[in-house]
Amino acid sequence: MKAKLFDYIDRDNFIYNLSGLTKLVCFICMTFSVMFSYDIRYILFVMALSVVFFRMSEIKFKQIKLMTIYVAIFLLMNFILTYIFSPQYGIEIYGTNHELFRISTRYTVTLEQLLYQVTKITKYASVVPMGMIFLLTTNPSEFAASLNRVGCNYKGAYALSLTLRYFPDMIRDYQDIALAQQSRGLDMSRKEKLGTRVKNVMNICVPLIFSTLDKIELISNAMDLRGFGKHKKRTWYAAKPVRKGDWAAMAFGALILAGSLFVTFFVNGSRFYNPF
Amino acid sequence: MSQTAKKPVIEFENFQFQYFSQADPTLHDINLKIYEGEKVLIVGPSGSGKSTIGNCLNGLIPFSYKGEIQGSLKISGRETREMNIFELSKKVGTVLQDADGQFIGLTVGEDIAFALENDCVPLSEMKETVQKVSDIADMGKLLKSSPFELSGGQKQRVSFAGVMVDDVELLLFDEPLANLDPATGKTAIDLIDRVWKESKKTVVIIEHRLEDVLYREVDRIIVVSEGRIVADMTPDELMAADILPKLGIREPLYVTAMKYADIQLTPQMRAGRLDTLDIAQVKDALQKWNREQAEMPGEEARRIILEAEHLSFQYTKKRKILQDINFKIQEGEMVSIVGTNGAGKSTLAKVICGFVTEDEGKLLYYGEDLKGQTIKERSQKIGFVMQNPNQMICKPMIYDEVALGLRIRQVPEEEIESRVDKALKICGLAPFKKWPVSALSFGQKKRVTIASMLVMDPQVLILDEPTAGQDYHHYTEIMEFLKSLNDQGVTIILITHDMHLMLEYTPHAIVISEGKKIGDASAVEILTNEDITKRANLKITSLYELAMKTEIPDPTTFVQNFINYERRTHRS
Repeated sequence: MKAKLFDYIDRDNFIYNLSGLTKLVCFICMTFSVMFSYDIRYILFVMALSVVFFRMSEIKFKQIKLMTIYVAIFLLMNFILTYIFSPQYGIEIYGTNHELFRISTRYTVTLEQLLYQVTKITKYASVVPMGMIFLLTTNPSEFAASLNRVGCNYKGAYALSLTLRYFPDMIRDYQDIALAQQSRGLDMSRKEKLGTRVKNVMNICVPLIFSTLDKIELISNAMDLRGFGKHKKRTWYAAKPVRKGDWAAMAFGALILAGSLFVTFFVNGSRFYNPF
Repeated sequence: MSQTAKKPVIEFENFQFQYFSQADPTLHDINLKIYEGEKVLIVGPSGSGKSTIGNCLNGLIPFSYKGEIQGSLKISGRETREMNIFELSKKVGTVLQDADGQFIGLTVGEDIAFALENDCVPLSEMKETVQKVSDIADMGKLLKSSPFELSGGQKQRVSFAGVMVDDVELLLFDEPLANLDPATGKTAIDLIDRVWKESKKTVVIIEHRLEDVLYREVDRIIVVSEGRIVADMTPDELMAADILPKLGIREPLYVTAMKYADIQLTPQMRAGRLDTLDIAQVKDALQKWNREQAEMPGEEARRIILEAEHLSFQYTKKRKILQDINFKIQEGEMVSIVGTNGAGKSTLAKVICGFVTEDEGKLLYYGEDLKGQTIKERSQKIGFVMQNPNQMICKPMIYDEVALGLRIRQVPEEEIESRVDKALKICGLAPFKKWPVSALSFGQKKRVTIASMLVMDPQVLILDEPTAGQDYHHYTEIMEFLKSLNDQGVTIILITHDMHLMLEYTPHAIVISEGKKIGDASAVEILTNEDITKRANLKITSLYELAMKTEIPDPTTFVQNFINYERRTHRS
């Protein structure tokens, strides 16, 4: 039975073979560069890059279908809510006002507002594929190793790795317990009223928590017995050595970040780019 | 073996330990020396303190479990109280009982490397060591597998390799057989034996399944009871002494058989292992006993309560979990369903309870097709009890827990009370009616889960591994209770891989292997059939081997005679 939180499938290509550290550094650099800048030209450039990388990583659309749908819904909600709550924000930040048409005194549609909101969407839309590449092409245990190497405390990083290890176990426990409780008559199906169903889920959670607590004691003993926490540092079996390609990729990431900073400070003179 | 020349690895001297949470010491006055290169087995019933001894050796006491230590414990000549758990872990490698729970890494390789990672060993050296050690444990080809893809035996090999990466002096195994099927247990004992012989390390095994450990040579057996060492002798001497039955530890079955035949065992008979037993000295007595056993009258046929016809089930098209299963279970029977992990026995139980729906075939309850009946409806006929009671109990009070199923069905409260009282009484829990669940022992909790099923008045009870991880005393307690339920007319189906349980309690056994039924006969016939035992990862019972050695013409009947004799003399 194969059950993993991220559907990590081992492939052999440039992106997969980069070390987790490299991918994390690049992810941080590129995320920061689009989050910092509001220059839609630069953001579109990074977005194009992330689409190219996505292609290079050979991730199948099937793997990310669900996630893409969630992101799309989130972006749409965000777009609508931003307009409802601050329809004049574009004018405020860009300092100009090109009105297209007017719905009411408060709700006018301006080019500035449109630009602001479209920029914001492209920001997310360029970061999300990058995040997916990082998560789907990094072996989950290498993930902890790379977090540790960028300075995260190794105990914290390991806690993450343990979560990944035991999450499927907990899901299986939950399913087993749910079945046993159903056989006693707890109805989890839609036939039951919502309130009762929530109460019934609670009845499953109690045994789940207790059996999980039992496990935690065992794991922490097993870890103590094998010397976890002995030194301030530790090495990682899953870590990949940093090769030439990794240095090149990290340099590229840094370049993108530098580009973003350059455009902001020397070309536009502010974080916002106003074509009007 | 001369022990004086050897240097002691473990020295307990007037050692006493008391958990801070307990009123009395758990260990009293322990004096014990274990020498370099010895292989020692520590046995004792649950709560005897044998696991506490193990925890003192590996440092979990006092590192994780606090308490007061008196006297001295030296490992390789150094006082353990002056060492920390990390120093100790370099000397004592511990393989814990639950191989699944101690699997820390996401893959086999990572898990084996765990201790090396914590020692900051560089990557290239680490990979080399991991490969070397995993080859010793026969896991070298599976370094990239995740724990979900491994069997229980393989997981245990991984834990074993994980402690072998450190060049420890002492290997400590805490109940290594607890979660393994009989054939896998045998391989585990073989592996321990091989490593012991090749590496000349000291090995300490804590286990209550004596017969299975004694399948390979052991130098000494230490018997622990109520926190004290009550025996320290070779297996041959221990079998000759009458110590184990009094403490509620199960002797090897072949030893019990010899005692039934009134044979006075002596150390010279070398009964420590069946392989070394001097058969010439006991042959005549055994043959005579066998001739004297009268046949038991056969049972008459009763109504069929549960019947499967050509039952098939699959999760995906590719892999069929159950294929064309047929069986008939009579009213009031006690049946065991056996087979390896993943053979499909749990799935069969799920199909019967309606958790999943069969793809083909029929299930008949008293001749009535169960198709279309929901889980809830079926649960009034067939109750299902999970292996771990902690996974079933969801109310803090015993009464509420047992009443839950009835309350959901909106039975009036007065009726609930009388039905709960009745169920609690059957389960021997009547005095605990108003108690919280947390005050109960594991075995009592198990009874609560059974009571919460009985309250719905099912005619059939299915229990998944009812005795897993229980010592002989608790095993007997649970099984005798189930037997008494059975005597009151409840049909009981047990999913198990415990051979003793099959032999002693279930006259009828159904064997499943790779989704197919490969055996459906009396437990005695199954456990004396070489082909079926092999395919189902069981073992031929040692009684059968004893009968073969004794040249008894019909060994299967000998096994049946033993079971009949035991039922007659010990359970009436």
